[in-house]
Amino acid sequence: MTSMPGTPLREEAHNRRRLLMERSRPGRTGVTLPASDVPPQLMPEQAMLRDDLQLPEVTEGEVVRYFTHLSQLNFSIDTNFYPLGSCTMKYNPKLNEAVAATPGFALAHPGQPEAQVQGCLEAVFTLQTYLQEVSGLPSASLAPLAGAQGELAGILTLRAALDARGDGHRRKMLIPDTAHGTNPASAAMAGFQVISIPSTSGGDIDLDAVRAEADEDLAGVMFTQPTTLGLFDRNAVEMCRIVHEAGGLVYGDGANMNALLGRAKLGHFGFDVVHMNLHKTFSTPHGGGGPGAGPICVTEALAPFLPGPIVVQRDDGSYGSEMPAQSIGRCGASQGNFGVLIRALTYISLLGGEGMLNISGNAVLNANYLLAKLRPLFELPYDRSVMHEVVFAARKRAGATALNVSKRLLDHGFHAPTMYFPLVVPEALMIEPTETESKETLDAFIETLEHIDAEAATDEEFLRGAPYETPISRLDEARAARRPELRWRPAED
Amino acid sequence: MSDLPLTSPFIPNTDDDRAAMLAEVGTPAVEALFGDIPEQFRHPGLALPAPVPEMELRAEMTALAQRNFHAGEHPSFLGAGVYHHFCPAVVAPLVTRGEFLTSYTPYQPEVSQGTLQGTFEFQTLTAQLFGMEVSNAGMYDGASSLAEAALMACRVTKRSRVAVLDTVNPHYVDTIRFYAQPQGLEIYLTSPASPDLQPDTACLISQYPNFFGAFEDSQALVDLAHEQGALAVMSCDPTALAMYKPPGAFGADIATGEGQALGIPASFGGPYVGIFTCRQEYIRQLPGRIAGKTVDTEGRTGYVLTLQPREQHIRREHATSNICTSTALIGLWATMYLALMGKQGLRHVAELCYHKAHYAASRIAGLPGYSLPNNNPFFQEFVVACPKPAADVSAALEQRGIIGGLDVSDRYPNGMLLCVTEVNTRDQIDRLVDALAEIGR
Repeated sequence: MTSMPGTPLREEAHNRRRLLMERSRPGRTGVTLPASDVPPQLMPEQAMLRDDLQLPEVTEGEVVRYFTHLSQLNFSIDTNFYPLGSCTMKYNPKLNEAVAATPGFALAHPGQPEAQVQGCLEAVFTLQTYLQEVSGLPSASLAPLAGAQGELAGILTLRAALDARGDGHRRKMLIPDTAHGTNPASAAMAGFQVISIPSTSGGDIDLDAVRAEADEDLAGVMFTQPTTLGLFDRNAVEMCRIVHEAGGLVYGDGANMNALLGRAKLGHFGFDVVHMNLHKTFSTPHGGGGPGAGPICVTEALAPFLPGPIVVQRDDGSYGSEMPAQSIGRCGASQGNFGVLIRALTYISLLGGEGMLNISGNAVLNANYLLAKLRPLFELPYDRSVMHEVVFAARKRAGATALNVSKRLLDHGFHAPTMYFPLVVPEALMIEPTETESKETLDAFIETLEHIDAEAATDEEFLRGAPYETPISRLDEARAARRPELRWRPAED
Repeated sequence: MSDLPLTSPFIPNTDDDRAAMLAEVGTPAVEALFGDIPEQFRHPGLALPAPVPEMELRAEMTALAQRNFHAGEHPSFLGAGVYHHFCPAVVAPLVTRGEFLTSYTPYQPEVSQGTLQGTFEFQTLTAQLFGMEVSNAGMYDGASSLAEAALMACRVTKRSRVAVLDTVNPHYVDTIRFYAQPQGLEIYLTSPASPDLQPDTACLISQYPNFFGAFEDSQALVDLAHEQGALAVMSCDPTALAMYKPPGAFGADIATGEGQALGIPASFGGPYVGIFTCRQEYIRQLPGRIAGKTVDTEGRTGYVLTLQPREQHIRREHATSNICTSTALIGLWATMYLALMGKQGLRHVAELCYHKAHYAASRIAGLPGYSLPNNNPFFQEFVVACPKPAADVSAALEQRGIIGGLDVSDRYPNGMLLCVTEVNTRDQIDRLVDALAEIGR
């Protein structure tokens, strides 16, 4: 980390971060291209063409040095422990990258006839069957391009099933107050009315609140199991029963599936739709904000409504893709983020069924170990054994807010936990270690938090100024929002 | 512990580690940590295959990939929204550096300046390429980007009908319906020759060049939308914009595009990146992430995710979109591609596509039995009316080792949509022409 504000290096740091357009010099280029090998053709009329294209003119070496420098300003799984709750930042195997880059996969075109892309179709079909097995649900669509799109596709599938049985008036969607923000946002996009449901003091969904909404307008519930409190919700089975009895359907957010691999199947609890984040549970890299993939698995009753296309195996053993009979349609131009799907397939194939149990077992053990060791430092709002993550409440000491503790962690090379979420826990610190971290790393993290706690006891102000060792200090977010500068502009503007 | 027998290259805990950790937790076995799961549901059995070691798995996956008939081994003339373009070798190793590949969404800007500045560069270069004022950090793909543009136009105009030209990619139209219909918005198709625009229409959506490769009178379409108080929305091919007037020059209000054309592998449909640009005045209605410039406590320039009150994690059901994880890494790929190509390189690529496609089109038009049903100017794609069903022509091309164009016979009798880019050599084009001549006989 280069962080020496006020030293001569500061100017150099500034130069190394100059934007592409600031580096541009007329006449430089970063590429060699062939001349045309066909006879020149009549050009379009001049009025159709542009002469104002502004793009940087830089050399390949400069591009490499610039982006390598930028990369070094990032924390990542490859360089740091990333205990970011609910994001399942586990190690991403490099084999997955190598397989996705295989020319036969990377250069296959989504518009090719089925007979030409049997390899891709078989890969998708195999992953489909694996995900059905993991979720305990018999049908799947791998079309959704990310988790939030999987949510939207999932509840639109649910809605289509309600509409088809004459329950088009059912528009109330129950969502626990612990849910990810994507749940209510997806429900609103799908045309549902969002009803927030509280949790009990034990951290489970409040069944009385569910019962109070279980009427003829109930469409269903969007439910995350394990919950964002890191807990296995003990009321989930009964909740599914209540919702079904009232004529509603149950959507399961599989964001926290890592804890359940091989331990339980959401389909068995009564979930009708489940989405999974392949970029969490199945180790495809997050890429600083995607790409992801958000496959959904459903019951037989909901299968006709799935988004498509869906890969099927035909009687002759070949593979094809089809739109389900009453499909809600297409989530995007193609048939899913194949490059992400093939990584997940590689991961599951490498580790096999036993490997899945190994993942969930170690992930849950690691989270409970952190719970046991960090308990003296923070409040524990729900004092139970946890699943994949643990949620503490910070601020046992006045200066040690969730924000300040998180920022100080950065100085020690640890990414911050998820902060101030779930909303029901004030000063929440949501810590998810995953199975790929060693006891030594967890112990170093614990010691660091003890050290920060000691700092907070003696010098509150110091914590408020953190981080100190990062490439840049706290940024003025209010200024960015008040005077939005969203792109480089030439100086004369 | 005996209930976790397998070793994994990704799991460091040893039996001793687990024993020590379980002692701290105060639990006899890992299994006991799953006690909240009702017993009848616990350990349901997982019918997945046994693990396959890396060496064998790599061979299996390579064999599976080789079952595809793909553009790495055969000339391809298939486009239809996904294009094979040349990408310099430097991009893949640079973009897959672990620090980019394995970082999360930049919620902690102090340790995410690489991703954030890369996003700011993406916003700059796409806005410049599209001739538009601002860009967001990217959407899932071109189709979902266009669908979100339709939703945004409805929010901006407070109208609820969306007019889409019938020359827009049909998969894009389906995606717009997927997003818009559940919200009670009405989508209708209209023809570019006589666009039907009602007073309550929020936007007129066109594609540039259109799905069949041709240019329409974009200025007239934009002006028509504005006369009716609607927004003009254009879905554009980024490569074409290196050469042709950009959507901003026509006065488009929102312009989207499929970023895959910027050197991203076809990868059987994704991951790609949706480009989303618009007028500055609409920034608070934008969907998705946006990086903004600011300063730190010492006055140093830095970047943050900004205008977050639009987003789902703050606004929940009142957010402008549910989008969360998008495709930041692919956006970074496109950014590096644009940086390397630069203004000269990208223009050169566009002109190569233009000349090669026009060379191919003129030769095919001269073949007995073949004709070009469209008269409009085109860029790198054109429809050919074949003497036989397009599916048969495609199969016959495959026998000759060539990946043919898309079957568009639902729109043009025996129609095949062919695409020629800079990666197609003259030799490949001549082979295609010879093959078509033979097939047509």
